[in-house]
Amino acid sequence: MARKVPSINTGAMADISFLLLTFFLLTSSITNEQGIPRLLPKPSTEQQKQEEDIRQRNIMTILVNRNNDVLVTAKGEQYVIEKKKIATELKDKAKEFLANPKNDPNLPEKFVKQIDNLGAYEVSRGVISLTNDNNTTFETYILVQNELQKAVNELRDEAALNYFGQKMDKLDPEEKKAIQEAIPINISEASSAN
Amino acid sequence: MARFRKEGKKEVPEINTGSMSDIIFMFLFFFMVITTMRESDSQVKFTPPKASEYQKLEKKSSVATIYMGEPKKQGIPAIDEVVSIQLNDKFARTRSEDMKVDIKGFIEEERAACAEKDKDPNAITYSLKIDSDVKMRYVNILKQELRQNNALKINYSTKKDKKEGK
Repeated sequence: MARKVPSINTGAMADISFLLLTFFLLTSSITNEQGIPRLLPKPSTEQQKQEEDIRQRNIMTILVNRNNDVLVTAKGEQYVIEKKKIATELKDKAKEFLANPKNDPNLPEKFVKQIDNLGAYEVSRGVISLTNDNNTTFETYILVQNELQKAVNELRDEAALNYFGQKMDKLDPEEKKAIQEAIPINISEASSAN
Repeated sequence: MARFRKEGKKEVPEINTGSMSDIIFMFLFFFMVITTMRESDSQVKFTPPKASEYQKLEKKSSVATIYMGEPKKQGIPAIDEVVSIQLNDKFARTRSEDMKVDIKGFIEEERAACAEKDKDPNAITYSLKIDSDVKMRYVNILKQELRQNNALKINYSTKKDKKEGK
């Protein structure tokens, strides 16, 4: 008869793994790292010279003032958007400016660019210049940034539907890159108005 | 003798606890995978602003976090007694020359740490965790400093807007 191997007591193993579990629970955090990515302009004086060269029709100026209202200058006109209406009105203004669907001479010029997967595409030269007052709250600033991002995202989605028949988040990385090149995010964050 | 045998039969059978550790190990691995180590606790009040067009931060290994907000405790250096800048676990000093030195030092440290791991120092994303009530004048100071030091990739930390979240 074969000798019976004595069973090992594994009760303590559960205790050890419980300890490890609590250790990891305490020292770690579920990351909710999400946000709006932006690129700051390079620290050089050349950039400022270039900015001066941009023609008036290609700039949309957005000034967020101390009362957290927004003053938009585009098409040679000025509008004031109150804080409550930022979420509803700003996006459409930005979209109209960036897309320029009717080739309005007061809205940004376009230039033809060869893009892989897309062919020749008319890329807008429009730049949104975002300035703020010293007393603007960060919350409003992000609200404005969010609306601008939404405008760009919707334009990209429309272009993606047009060219590839799908929305941005379902495209291949290469197709995504093409769309991103066709509709760039040109938001210039100048430091402050005064 | 019969009495003894009877009691032996009444004994509750032992529960096999061998699989318990397996279950707990599964929990452990689950938590290890979905979490990352917290590098520094925020010592400032930080309520992120809401946004619907957020993107998930990629490459968590090359992210440097800067907190900005009202200090939670007394004795933390704060600009105008209102806003502190927290760089990892340190705080930037408040005199503007000192602050510049501190921010520059922080960026250089992050770059050096990144270069040690054979990663591109220019790929570091600076995650700005700024409280929604902070006035833009302080944010602008920070942005200016980042720009001067060629730290251009930034990310404004936000939280999901429940009303129009994707």
